[in-house]
Formats: sequence, C-alpha cells, structure tokens
Amino acid sequence: MSMELLSANHAAATATILAGEANRDARGFGCGVYPITPQTECIEKLCRHEFTKGEVVRVESEHSAMAVCMGFVLSGARSFTASASNGLAYMVENVYNVALYRVPMVMMAANRTLGPPWNIWVDHGDALLLRDSGWIQFFCEDNQEVLDTTLLAYRLAEDHRILLPVLVNQDAFVLSHTMMQTDVPDQALVDAFLPDLDLPHRITDVPVTIGGLDFPHETEVHRRQHAEAMDRVPDVLAECEDAFEDIFGRRLPGPIVPYRMEDAEMCLISMGTTASTVREVVDREREKGRRVGSLRLRMFRPFPIAPMQQALAQCTRIGVLDRNISLGLGGITWPEIMATVPRDALVQNYMIGLGGGDIRPQDIQGIVDDLWKREQSESPKIVEVG
Amino acid sequence: MTLEPALGGMAQTDQDRCDPLLRAGNTNCGGCGMSVGLNLLSHALETRKIQMVIPACCGIVTAGPYPWSAYGAPVVASTFASAAAVATGLACAARINGDPTRVICWAGDGGTYDIGMATLSAAAERNEDILYICYDNEIYGNTGGQRSSATPLGARTSTTPRGKTQQKKDILAIMAAHRIPYAASLSLGHPEDAMRKMNKALDMTGFRFLHILAPCPTGWKSEPAEGIELVRNAVQSGLYPILEIEDGIRYTLNIEPSMSDEDLQNYFEKQGRFRKENYDLAVIRKHIDEHWQLIRSRIR
Ligand SMILES: Cc1ncc(C[n+]2csc(CCOP(=O)(O)OP(=O)(O)O)c2C)c(N)n1
Ligand code: SF4
Repeated sequence: MSMELLSANHAAATATILAGEANRDARGFGCGVYPITPQTECIEKLCRHEFTKGEVVRVESEHSAMAVCMGFVLSGARSFTASASNGLAYMVENVYNVALYRVPMVMMAANRTLGPPWNIWVDHGDALLLRDSGWIQFFCEDNQEVLDTTLLAYRLAEDHRILLPVLVNQDAFVLSHTMMQTDVPDQALVDAFLPDLDLPHRITDVPVTIGGLDFPHETEVHRRQHAEAMDRVPDVLAECEDAFEDIFGRRLPGPIVPYRMEDAEMCLISMGTTASTVREVVDREREKGRRVGSLRLRMFRPFPIAPMQQALAQCTRIGVLDRNISLGLGGITWPEIMATVPRDALVQNYMIGLGGGDIRPQDIQGIVDDLWKREQSESPKIVEVG
Repeated sequence: MTLEPALGGMAQTDQDRCDPLLRAGNTNCGGCGMSVGLNLLSHALETRKIQMVIPACCGIVTAGPYPWSAYGAPVVASTFASAAAVATGLACAARINGDPTRVICWAGDGGTYDIGMATLSAAAERNEDILYICYDNEIYGNTGGQRSSATPLGARTSTTPRGKTQQKKDILAIMAAHRIPYAASLSLGHPEDAMRKMNKALDMTGFRFLHILAPCPTGWKSEPAEGIELVRNAVQSGLYPILEIEDGIRYTLNIEPSMSDEDLQNYFEKQGRFRKENYDLAVIRKHIDEHWQLIRSRIR
C-alpha cells in the first residue's frame, strides 16, 4: 500500500488500472473513452497507462464508448468508461443495452449539471437520468471511497449471482478535481480481491444471437431475472465488503451511511458530498442538545428500502435534500424516500445546490431551522445557495 | 477442407448443407437479396471462425426470436448506430488474446449511411480489424420502407411518396476517403467476383468495407424471382459500378459495363417503387456518366 495525493478522477482511474491488470491472465482489459469535463482527467490517465494485456480505444462519442466496452466484455475482457452530464445523456441507449445484456462493467460519472445553458458544476441529475436503466448505482463522498468503491464494484458486478453493470458517482469538482490523501493498494492485493472475469455468456464460437427478438413472455422472464439479480445485491454486496476488509484491512460503508442517528428525532437525508456539510451542522445541533442525525444514501440502485425504514423508524422530522430536480415533481430521491419513512413523520423535500452552487453549513442550518419550526410539510422547495 | 463453390458460388455445397451461415427458419422475405449475400458469405467463410455484429435492421430480425438463432455463427445484436463500435470491442479483445476470430459487421444502409455513419467513420479512421459489410436495399426495410440516404433519386418510399428528390450518397467514395486497406462493391449477379472479394476481405487485416446492392422485393415492389436480374441491369447500365479500392488510392474496375440504356430502362420499369412521373431516365443517365467520369479519372 502507498499513500498518494490523488484527485477523485485519478482515484477512479487508478482503481481501474489495478482492476484491469488483475485480469491480465484471463481476457485482459479494454474500454472505449471519450472526454467531457469534469471526468476528462480520468480517461487521460487511462490513456497514459500501458496495459500488460489491454487496449484503450479513443472513440468519437460516448454512445460508441459504451458500445466498445460492451464488445470487450462480451469477449471476456474487463471494462470501464467514464462520463458526465450531456455525455451520459448521449450514451443512454447503450447504457440500457449494457444492463439488459447483463454486461458486468464499471462506469464512473463525475456528476455534472445537464446543459444547456452550459454549466460544468455538480448536480446529480445526470446519473439519475439513468435511474431505471438497470445499473447498480453508488454515490461517493470522498476520494478514498471512489477508489475503494470502484474496486468493490468489479467484484460485485462480476459475481455470477449479479452480472450487472455498476455506476460509481463522484461530485463534479468537489471531488473530481480535489486532491486527497488516498491509500492505493498493491497490485497483489487487488489480484487477490478480484478473481479473473468469467462471463457465462461470453461470445465464443457457439452460434448464439445475443439480443435478437424477444417476445413478451421472454421479456417478462428476462426482466424478472434482472430484478431478482438486483434483489440479491444487498447480500452479495455485504460479502464483497467483508472480502474487501479481509484483503485491504479497511471497511467500506454500506448502502446507507447513518451519522448520530441512534436517537435522532430529525434526520437530513442526502447523497454525495452534501452529507459532509450536513454532518457538520448535525454536530452543532447536537451541541445545542437537539437530536439531529444525518443519513447518506450511498447506494441509490437497488434502493435500500429496508435499511432506510430501520434507520428512520424513530424520526418525526425528515428533510430530503436533493441535488437534482425532476421538473414538474420535485427532487428525484424524495418520492422514493417517502416510501420508507414512518407514516406520521413530517417530511419536507429541499432541492439544494442545483447547478453546483456551493452548499455551506449556514444553508443546511437554514433547512434545519425551517424543519424544526414546521407544523406541516409543503410542496418541494428549491433552496437557492447562489 | 477445400471447398470449391459449385456454379460459381450460387449452388449449395456439402458445407452449406451441414452448417450454413443462414439457417432454415430465418425470417427473411422470399427473394431477399440480403439472403443471397449471406449465402455467398457462407461459401466464402469455409472453415474460418467469425463473430458477427448486426445492428437494428432486417438482418437482425433474420435470426428469429429468442432462444433460437437462424445464424450459424455467434451474433451480437447492437443498437442501430453501434455496430462498428461493438465490433471494435470484440476485434480488439480478439487481438489482445490472439484469437483467430474474424469480426464481421452485417448492416443495412440505414445503419451504415445514416445513423451509424459517425461510428463507422471513426472505426475506419482507427483502422480497426473489422470486415464491415453493408447490404444496401436502399430503404429502411425493417420499419416498413422509409427513405434512407441510400435511396436513389426518384424512388417512392413511405416517406417520399412523390419520389425521392435527392441522389444517393456515394458510400464507396466516402469509405475510400478514409484510406482504409480495402473497399469494394460487389454484385450478387456476379458471384465469382463477389466470392473473390469476400475471400480477399476476410484474409486482410485492418478495416475492410464491402458494399452489396441487395434487392428487396418487399420494398422495391419487384418480383422476388427477378432480384439477381435487377442487379445485373444495375451493373450493366452503369448505375452500380463494381470496383475495388485499396488504401483509398488504388482503384480497380472489376466489371466493364455496357452502359446499356435497355438495362437502365428495365431496371426502372421492373420496380414498382419507380413511377414514370417521378424520374427522368435522361437525368439519371447524365448522373451515371458524371459518376463514371470521376471513377475513370481515379483509375488512371
Ligand atoms: C435509435 C433507433 N432509431 C430507430 C430505430 C428503428 N429502426 C429499426 S431498424 C430501422 C431501419 C433499418 O434500415 P436499414 O439499416 O436500411 O436496414 P433494413 O431494415 O433495410 O435491412 C429503424 C429506423 C431503432 N431501432 N433505433
Ligand atoms: S424487407 Fe426487404 S431486405 Fe428486409 S427481409 Fe424483406 S426482402 Fe429482405
């Protein structure tokens, strides 16, 4: 192990290089890449690496990047790509394709506002556009978590009980361009953690057609199987986390990350780096004797319903912080979280930091104050942080 | 095993009968030119191992519904625009692993001239080790017959009910402009030349492009039995030049057409998609002559 000063972009690339090399005795590594701010540094790092057995294809679009990755994985190679914002939007058709073909690969998204007008700063709306695509999704809070989750994602994705792609999200700039001390594992440890990719439906010489016509009955079965694989994620993920701890000596957080929730009356729920600021405000509130806690939604798909219900059971006031907007509804996580809250809790949705506005402790404090004095909830509110 | 194609490639051999590329149970219409193209490819392949990528088009419906496959080779169905990109992944993976597999894209004109053009162009520019075959039925067959940029001047389609007012793209020139090792057009009515080109393309490395004019009785509103005759008319009239281009610069003319107006007239009159009020053979003859002037200037 060595400590390195890495941006989250480089943390994702470093993990991918280690994972790609770990498949060198099998079918190797291959990917298609295309630049977009703020993930470009990630794919540039991949382009600088000479893989023992691998190839990085510099394609002409995100749509093709994803298609190239699919070709590699169907041939048994490990794969990865990275994108953001309009790049993810352009890629969507093949993002679905990869999931529906049960292609286990990993993608990093440096979450950025969808344009126009052009805005390069953080907003989770790009990844949430892929909400129903059949990918597993994690949202990370720091660079170590990005590196570790990327490694974990390969093991989870390639497990034969799962065989699904994984999207590992990091906040644009707040993480993507911020350097942090990051513990980089040795190749030997990664080799031990990641078995060779063994794809049961790998294309060989056997004359099968992958993805031809499917009639309604077959589609129903394929969807059910896909849903069942999603249902198996929590258990397999826990096994992967155990294995990760055994090999690397540190534990990754689970699908939800509670903070001072034991006796919390009030809870603020958020994703990504917003949670760091929320925790700061939670501490201040606790000093004043107020029972406030934070809950970070780390795994967005599959949605961790049971753990959320458990964690929120004693809460009476819940603030759902969405750094995204579904125009015509409210925050995207809000209606999903509504399905997990106690029946008589007061739940208010706040859309905060849209378009990458800096969410400061006083902004969160404003939400806490609003939530304490509320008698009832109202329609989702946009909190402008400017 | 050496397999001499009987009757210049048009008749079945033992190999075809035991393990054809296009199997019984495929969904193609009777008289489909694409089927003839697949049978020729089947002959040409002999014992070579291949993996195919087929985008959304008639050619993927050919396979029939899950879990069956009417293809005698592994096939990945790609999204409409992505054949050359998925093939890139397969071909690179084959290369880094030393697999002998040849990766073949089999795509319609929609997936080639239109929606897949950027993907195709990029794969050609990267000189990926792919054989890309476009069966050109000059229409979006799978969706019921709409115009594509390969639809010829004057042809009626469901989206050009008064006849198309633009000429088709010169796809071979576009591909040659990428300076790929090999680009060729081949005629289903001239199987010996077609088989030679398929064999040559299969044995080369780098990006290779084959263009096949593929009669589509359903879309062309022509007699299923007359498809091959129509291709011969197209070749002899000069409408469909048969040539090969190496490295984007070395042009070879493979069939010297008679430039006969009779063939031209036959070609137009035998297809219900062409109606007299939508085309003028004198204009079409002028376009043909201009195209040939260009081709001949490049052959020299
Ligand atoms: C992105 C996308 N847009 C539209 C379609 C619908 N579609 C399927 S096949 C097709 C036309 C195919 O035409 P062509 O490539 O010429 O092949 P053909 O069907 O004639 O064999 C269209 C428009 C699709 N599958 N995907
Ligand atoms: S519509 Fe045309 S191209 Fe498609 S299968 Fe029928 S004849 Fe062949």
